[in-house]
Amino acid sequence: MSASGAAARPSPVRRPFPTAAGVASALRRIARLLGSVALTFLGLTLVTFFIGRVIPIDPVLAIVGDKASKATYDKVAEQIGINLPLPVQYWRYLMRVLHGDFGTSIITAHPVLQDMAHVFPATMELAVVALLVGTLLGVPLGVLAATNRGRWPDQAIRFGSLLGYSMPVFWLGLVGLLLFYARLGWVDGPGRIDVSFDDIVTPITGMITIDSLIAGEYDVFWNALGHLILPASILGYLSMAYIARMTRSFMLGQLRQEYVLATRAKGMPPFRVVWVHALGNIWVPLITVIALTFGSLLEGAVLTETVFAWPGLGLYMKNSLFNADLNAVLGGTLVIGVVYIFLNMLSDVIYPLVDPRARERR
Amino acid sequence: MTAPPLLEVRNLRVVYPGDDGDFRAVRNVSFSLGRERLGIVGESGSGKSTTGRAIMGLIPRPGRVEADAMRLGDADLTRLNERGFRRLRGKRIAMVMQDPKFSLDPVMTVGKQVAETHRYHFRSSWKAARTAALEMLEAVHIRDPERVYAQYPHQISGGMGQRVMIAMMLIAGPEILIADEPTSALDVSVQQQVLAIMDEMVRSRGMGLILISHNLRLVSSFCDRVLVMYAGQIVESCRANRLHAATHPYTRGLLTALPELGNRRAELPQLRRDPEWLADLPAQVGTAP
Repeated sequence: MSASGAAARPSPVRRPFPTAAGVASALRRIARLLGSVALTFLGLTLVTFFIGRVIPIDPVLAIVGDKASKATYDKVAEQIGINLPLPVQYWRYLMRVLHGDFGTSIITAHPVLQDMAHVFPATMELAVVALLVGTLLGVPLGVLAATNRGRWPDQAIRFGSLLGYSMPVFWLGLVGLLLFYARLGWVDGPGRIDVSFDDIVTPITGMITIDSLIAGEYDVFWNALGHLILPASILGYLSMAYIARMTRSFMLGQLRQEYVLATRAKGMPPFRVVWVHALGNIWVPLITVIALTFGSLLEGAVLTETVFAWPGLGLYMKNSLFNADLNAVLGGTLVIGVVYIFLNMLSDVIYPLVDPRARERR
Repeated sequence: MTAPPLLEVRNLRVVYPGDDGDFRAVRNVSFSLGRERLGIVGESGSGKSTTGRAIMGLIPRPGRVEADAMRLGDADLTRLNERGFRRLRGKRIAMVMQDPKFSLDPVMTVGKQVAETHRYHFRSSWKAARTAALEMLEAVHIRDPERVYAQYPHQISGGMGQRVMIAMMLIAGPEILIADEPTSALDVSVQQQVLAIMDEMVRSRGMGLILISHNLRLVSSFCDRVLVMYAGQIVESCRANRLHAATHPYTRGLLTALPELGNRRAELPQLRRDPEWLADLPAQVGTAP
């Protein structure tokens, strides 16, 4: 086939639905994606495994306690295979993980996976709301800062985001609690829900706000929201700071482009030039930033959840760390890693939807 | 010319304030444009593009545009704010830029980019705008408008992109088209095609064209009149077919430095710049010629 195809050619209007070649290419893309996900997961387990070996926690001691006899110690050491060669240990670890066996937590005495299923939704609830706040505010503010570069809105937004990523989250949390809970009483205090509302709704998603809406328990919903709003806003503020800063710099890059001038030259109003044309061109990097922000929200949860006594993954991991509960710590690390992998995968799937140039890239 | 000019510019000045004094990018440029093809030639930084953009109100802050008079038909361009300019852009005066690879929005189909100009200026529905855009694409000799309409800029060639650009800029029926190096980024083989299409469009619609280029040959063969700019001023103004008789030493220098087929020269003469050329020329008094 010639490149230009000068001969009379059929002229189908481009159909949204693909040809056989299109399907084949999509399948190839998915296969490639899954391959890279598997490889990344393998790397992740390697890292968590070796973290488990290098941190100064003696897993045997954590089980038997420091008053156990030498014989007991040795027996447990053999049981958990701590004396085997490292590759063998890793292999056994990997097999267990693949079978969904993360070991048993010492402090809760539950399987770690079961604990995860319990605490993870709490963190998700917090992180999702925080990300919504961060994105819905951060992107428009970043655009606004870029279009007003050097003038007061830009200065104000940049100052606001500078504060956002220079203040430690636990300090913000404490000040927030002091002000909005203790002084003003606008929000509810630490925890996910008041004790009196405990166990009213049966968990379906594990996120109380959603479960209570499903169950039609609106009192529970409002109470849970009152607890959620402050920690979510604080985490949201931090992610907003980052998202706004990145959006601003992406937008500045686009506003210099020729097509922006051309769009203005044909008489398009500023709103369309900025919010349709320029913003339309930054979704790929922006989605990367938003996905990474979501990942860092899960990490940031460790401190926030501690301050707010939020029974999520962060608080769980903090407690496990302080109690040398190795299985729980590694399980939590692995879960966060898996979420990162999933987010990256999701971004890869979204890119071609928002940028036609990414559709043909192979 | 007996008809009143489409565009009249008298003593246009564009100034960019800087730390060590103002930079005067355009100094007292005066000309008028009728239903003709006017070429502006000059080297990089001579102010030719800036002149074009000043007419469209597209000089970015902190640049300042001043003029004794700048009139587009009945509209006084010196008194327009951004909003006022926006109504003229695309509708009465439009601009084709250098490289369609950069001057078309990469994430919007080219058809939609043509259609949105129509939509905005005529408050038309997407459906009507689409029909108009397809007609316009056909008018710039795109053989398969339906197919091209749905393509993205990276999927079409440079020549095709420039036709789309022309369609996008002319769909709302402007009186004046400013073409800023419209063929410099194209292959030599398609340059002529694009110029021919532009010429056809401008003639059939009775428009005025300002062709900005650094290419003396192109301008002298394509245009009716030529302005030569140097350091922000017009140093020479003549009919295109009289360019060989130009008098300003800068223009003469450029002309003698042109290589010619069939005239073997070991070395092309270098342009010797005279610092005197930088001196301010007298500003235009009264009406433009």
